[in-house]
Amino acid sequence: MSESILTAPALAQAAMSPHHAFGETLRDAFIITRREVRDSLRDWRIVAPILILTLVFPWIMNFTTRVAIDFVEEYSATIIPIRLIPFGLMIVGFFPITFSLVIALETFVGEKERNSLEPLLGAPLTDASLYLGKLMAATALPLLASYIGIAAYLAWLFYTIQYAPDWIVLVQILLLTTMEALVMVTGAVVVSTHTTSVRAANLLASFIIIPMAFLLQAESVLLFWGNYAVLWYIIAALVTVDLIFIRMGIQTFNREEILAREVDEINPKRIVLRFIDQFRVEGKFSLRWIVFQNVPRILKSNRLPMLVTLAALVAIFCLGWWYAGRYPLPEEMMQPLRVQADFASSAPGADFAFMPQINTPSIFLHNARTLFLSTVLGIASFGTGALLLLMAPIGVVGFLTAALAQAGTNPLTFLVAFILPHGIFEIPAAVIATGLGLRLGATVISGARRGENSGFIGALADWIKVFVIVVLPLLLVAAFVEANITPQIVTFFFGR
Amino acid sequence: MDALIHAENLTKRFERHTAVANLNLQVHQGEVLAFLGPNGAGKTTTVRMLTSILRPTTGRASVAGYDVVRDARRVRAMVGHLTEFPGLYLRMNARDYLDFYGELYGMARPHRRARTDELLAQFGIADAGHRRLSEFSKGMRQKVALIRAMLNSPRVLFLDEPTSAMDPHSAKQVRDAVAQLRGRGHTVFLCTHNLFEAESLADRIAMIRRGALIALGTTQELKTRFLGAPLIEIQLAKRLEQPWSAFVEDGHVQEFGERYLRYRTETPQSTNPRLIHKLNAAGAEIVTVSETPQSLEQVYLKLVEEA
Repeated sequence: MSESILTAPALAQAAMSPHHAFGETLRDAFIITRREVRDSLRDWRIVAPILILTLVFPWIMNFTTRVAIDFVEEYSATIIPIRLIPFGLMIVGFFPITFSLVIALETFVGEKERNSLEPLLGAPLTDASLYLGKLMAATALPLLASYIGIAAYLAWLFYTIQYAPDWIVLVQILLLTTMEALVMVTGAVVVSTHTTSVRAANLLASFIIIPMAFLLQAESVLLFWGNYAVLWYIIAALVTVDLIFIRMGIQTFNREEILAREVDEINPKRIVLRFIDQFRVEGKFSLRWIVFQNVPRILKSNRLPMLVTLAALVAIFCLGWWYAGRYPLPEEMMQPLRVQADFASSAPGADFAFMPQINTPSIFLHNARTLFLSTVLGIASFGTGALLLLMAPIGVVGFLTAALAQAGTNPLTFLVAFILPHGIFEIPAAVIATGLGLRLGATVISGARRGENSGFIGALADWIKVFVIVVLPLLLVAAFVEANITPQIVTFFFGR
Repeated sequence: MDALIHAENLTKRFERHTAVANLNLQVHQGEVLAFLGPNGAGKTTTVRMLTSILRPTTGRASVAGYDVVRDARRVRAMVGHLTEFPGLYLRMNARDYLDFYGELYGMARPHRRARTDELLAQFGIADAGHRRLSEFSKGMRQKVALIRAMLNSPRVLFLDEPTSAMDPHSAKQVRDAVAQLRGRGHTVFLCTHNLFEAESLADRIAMIRRGALIALGTTQELKTRFLGAPLIEIQLAKRLEQPWSAFVEDGHVQEFGERYLRYRTETPQSTNPRLIHKLNAAGAEIVTVSETPQSLEQVYLKLVEEA
């Protein structure tokens, strides 16, 4: 060995920059992809079916198409072949990409089973390099086969019936095929990093296959219907899902979990214990610690989601206001909005009988229930549902305020009288609860934050603590004000 | 001497199980440390933390001056790691496989090729370089994995059971390679169950059990500490006229007969010549003076059983 020991650190330094640039991440990812693609090409179990699906299946589809065309033309049903061919294109493209699922499902967990993962994890690679490398490797070969299959199908069609597709439909089919392959691969890689055996990964694959089957059916209906414009929305939705899955994959990629976990199991006892631990300090439950130390820390560390929520509310309020200018209400609908000084006394019964019966408990329960349910919705929608649910009424308030201004009512007086008194308490409570709900939903795709080991359970515990100790008391005060003080203020401003 | 591996209260917990607890350790440049312990003692977890694959729960560690958490990628670039299982890609040939890892470590193509040639030749498998790894025997696969670990000339080499699947000749090649690396100033962290290998290669021995370090020192230090002072035996040709107590202090005598004596001494360099001189002066005919062998295995078993 002629190597001097001094060359080792020099090599390492040369290979490393203080911040691993994106280019370097891609370079490393390509090294992994290249190796894996070569490996796949050496495996006849992958190559043979892909070849059959790429070359034989388009020929069969071409034959079927011609028979179908001949048959329907006997009855002058020319619309059917026009719609059948794009459908055939989609199917010919889809079949080879199903192999991407097989390759992707075993990327990490397969390597773990073969014990080849640890040396790879020990190499100086970023998580993103590893993840992207595997992602591209699983996608490249099936997608290439898919494009070749589509090209072969079109070539046969052109040769036999001189058919050339509309280029927009062709682009749509190619994009759909690519995005579907990516959705399957990104989903499968997430599965692969969170299971302990290829068998378990295959079992979980139904969570990918079944939605894809539904999607394919929907696309088929659209293609036969001929409403190709809707396909763009599906492409956009698939791109969104791809991005979410890629982010989820990188964020939840955890070398430790991949290597250390030996069995897939649900351990309710452990989950409950971990949850209970979130309410303990030094092994003991302490309300004092939660109220005076833990909750302030949670609020401080969740400033970002709360600021995002606040910014979204301001934005939607402005959007509502802008909409009122762009789409003003018809004149006949403006009259009721002309809130004048005699509003209160001219209202039926002068006691706001037109409004629903309001009292402190009903308002409190309504608001608490809404924020609770919006958080549940947020969990299922990666946090976005909670935010959207809160944005909707604020958008309406923005619209209404602008409409009032158009009707001649001072919007500031309206806001000060109707919203501000209880809003001082209610809006912060909603922002805090929604901000934490946003984070809770986000942990579903981002996993545990760096340095944390609690992830979703920690976020859930944080949400409960803040909801009980901060949000509910604020809502209670807001409900009392709304039931008892706001009407007085409204009367003060608008009554006689 | 600079510590190339420095662990301070290094702890790793999985859920409620503590795999490694408060490990304090320093390994210096050019040193071979044998890391011993029963199965499940925490050896692999320790190595995974030191190679920046696992994050410590608490405590800190640095390798070649880089923090294993903060500078994880630099640490991985600095070390070589022979994992417990070779973990090769069996559809590749040996050269392509090593080239793949060389590229991941940022080595330029001419350099990684030269290095691959050199190491394949050193381990006697140069002729098999173009054969698929699936055709390799277990020992040959282990050699390829070892070459992978040494490819980037790492300053610190972590070896987990490097000779476990090898025949005696191949095992000797590996031991020679480790000795050569030490001679060049590389640091080797050797996890092994082969106590002969540990004793013959290591400058110091660390023993771990249930995640805790239970012993650390040179082989001789450990033997002295845990088995007592060296046991010396003197055999005489004929019966001694005077009692043994006339020649050696009672406290040191372990066993005696008419023509033999076994005693312990912590200072054999001074005690033995003095005793032999007295025996000669008394006309005793000495046949042999020998140290009764005490093996590292005895130390290991004693520690593991006691703990």
